[in-house]
Amino acid sequence: MIEIDNITKIYDGRAAVEAVSMTIESATITAIVGTSGSGKSTLLRMINRLVEPTTGQVRINGEPTAGLPKNALRRRIGYAIQGHGLFPHHTVAKNISAVPRLLGWHKDKIHARVNELLELFSMPPDEFRDRYPAELSGGQQQRVGVARALASRPDLLLMDEPFGALDPIIRTRAQADLHRIQRTLGSTILLVTHDMEEAIQLGDQVAVMDQGQLVQHGTPAEIITNPATEFVAEMVGGVDRPLRLLSLLSVSQILENGTAEGDPLDEKSSLREALSVCLWSGRSALPVERNGSPIGRVTLEAIRSRAEGTHEPG
Amino acid sequence: MPNRIKSVVSGPGLLFASLGLVALFAPFLTLAANRIVAGEGVRVWDVAGPEAIIPGMVGVVIGLALGLPSAWQSVRFTGSLVGIAALVWLLMQGSTSLLEGAGTYARVSLGSGFWCLLAILLLLAADALSSLSPGPKMRSALLAVAIIVSALVLWSGALTDLSIFREYANRQDAFFNAAWRHLGLAFGSLVVAAAIGFPLGVYCHRNQGLRGAVLPVLSFLQTIPSLAMFGIMIPLLAWVGSTIPGARELGVVGIGFLPAFLALVIYSLLPVVANTVAGLEATPILTLDAARGMGMTRHQRLKQIQLPLGLPVMLAGLRIVLVQNIGLAVIAGLIGGGGFGTFVFQGLNQTATDLILLGALPTVILALISAITMDILVELARPNQMRHG
Repeated sequence: MIEIDNITKIYDGRAAVEAVSMTIESATITAIVGTSGSGKSTLLRMINRLVEPTTGQVRINGEPTAGLPKNALRRRIGYAIQGHGLFPHHTVAKNISAVPRLLGWHKDKIHARVNELLELFSMPPDEFRDRYPAELSGGQQQRVGVARALASRPDLLLMDEPFGALDPIIRTRAQADLHRIQRTLGSTILLVTHDMEEAIQLGDQVAVMDQGQLVQHGTPAEIITNPATEFVAEMVGGVDRPLRLLSLLSVSQILENGTAEGDPLDEKSSLREALSVCLWSGRSALPVERNGSPIGRVTLEAIRSRAEGTHEPG
Repeated sequence: MPNRIKSVVSGPGLLFASLGLVALFAPFLTLAANRIVAGEGVRVWDVAGPEAIIPGMVGVVIGLALGLPSAWQSVRFTGSLVGIAALVWLLMQGSTSLLEGAGTYARVSLGSGFWCLLAILLLLAADALSSLSPGPKMRSALLAVAIIVSALVLWSGALTDLSIFREYANRQDAFFNAAWRHLGLAFGSLVVAAAIGFPLGVYCHRNQGLRGAVLPVLSFLQTIPSLAMFGIMIPLLAWVGSTIPGARELGVVGIGFLPAFLALVIYSLLPVVANTVAGLEATPILTLDAARGMGMTRHQRLKQIQLPLGLPVMLAGLRIVLVQNIGLAVIAGLIGGGGFGTFVFQGLNQTATDLILLGALPTVILALISAITMDILVELARPNQMRHG
């Protein structure tokens, strides 16, 4: 658990981050969203003390970070940034093993860990270990950057616009990869982005920052249904809000007994997909299946009632 | 048709061949009654009998002709080697045969024709080599072979009849002393400048204020004309030697090795410090941010990231210094600092051209070898960012 306690950073008499408090549960992804200059990167960089807070405290599992030597603290916290920041003169394996080497791990343990991470990111070790960053595609470089940040099994992974330099198609894949890997490893991730879509897709929790202040912190559904300020509402985007809300819910959550005509939908599909299929095929109900066998149906009526946002998400 | 010829014949090759043919008509060697008077030019076909001249001239022409085809760079390179070998052959034959019956004090010197042909053939070699773009290993091998072959030709005694080697023979001991002194001046000042300049560069990189103070001072020192700098050193060190007790016993005097050495060190500081700063700044900001964020100490960042990434730029600074100092060290001869400059200034005083050359040629060759070697080192230091390329 990471506790950020009333933290403030003042530059030249102006608060870049003002009295922000929030708690990040272990094994979750928290996305900090904001426009540029909102203080989101400063907040992130105060956690590994690349920026020293003016006042306030950060605690990792109850231990205040201010009491730890800076470099020892940073070696416990993974750090991945936009444009990956890989060392151009080191191979993929040497890049990934940077922190374990700083920590003095044994050679064999490092070797095994690098292979394990490359496998996890679908990059065959035999093929990729000895390549240099310049020989990789943008998406591969980004994956190596995240693998490097995860190498020492850190308590916490900080990511500053990790997908910012990727083109949209690769970005979507990278986001899905990150989500899968976070679920597999149970990592705690704090991610900074300017893209609300990304925050909603990835975050278990979303924190919205504006002018140095934390204006709202909650689940994606809460942010969409009950934006705390005009600014948050604007970030969420008026027109798309019902669709964004539906994209967070899965078909299994509004499953009804009964059957329906046509091609079935998997229970893990989002309501957004279900709505899309209903509208496109002109059906008012769709059959739902689990592992290929029918388990019930969803109706357009039920989807619509969810999209109205009057219900608390289940 | 003209287009086809254009694509088959190398442009520079054509230029070299035409210039080379013209140069064949210029005096190849000069014959003088003694070492001081101006010699009389002798054209290449008059330097020896036909049995010696014909193979040599044919060799030069073949060499120039091999430089023509644009497609085969290795053939062009071979052509330059054939041409240079032919030049050496002509020198060997010509110097011996011209001296026969010319008197005890007669001297045979290199003429404008020889120098032009040598320059043209070297340009041809350089042109072909730059197209072949050999890797660092190949270049080192070529350099080593060139040095060994040249040394063998010199040691064989085949060229001893040339005036420049007569000058050498008269001063053999002095020559090697001068060579050591010259190397000591050039490399010694490089080592001292690097020992001061690298740390200073690191501090300048870390401290903006220090950089603002140091770099302008060093650039100012760099702008002082070399003769003036050597001149300033004389009264300065003379004063130090006479005022500070014990300084004179340590060899601090106004003229000689020390003032020359100090002047060279001062000239070296700007390239070393400026390139160190530039090299350290070559690391991308994001790379450095990542290194900081993962908990590398300042020392680890310097050693593992900034130095390896900046090394080529820093070595390029040393290359500038080395080549510059080998040339500047000649002026040390003027203030009793020794080195090849001694021969240059003696030669100027005696109007003995070949004595000047005895000082100047080794300096040029030394600078050239150093430049090539440093270029190879810079390339080897370039961080491995691609396996193929």
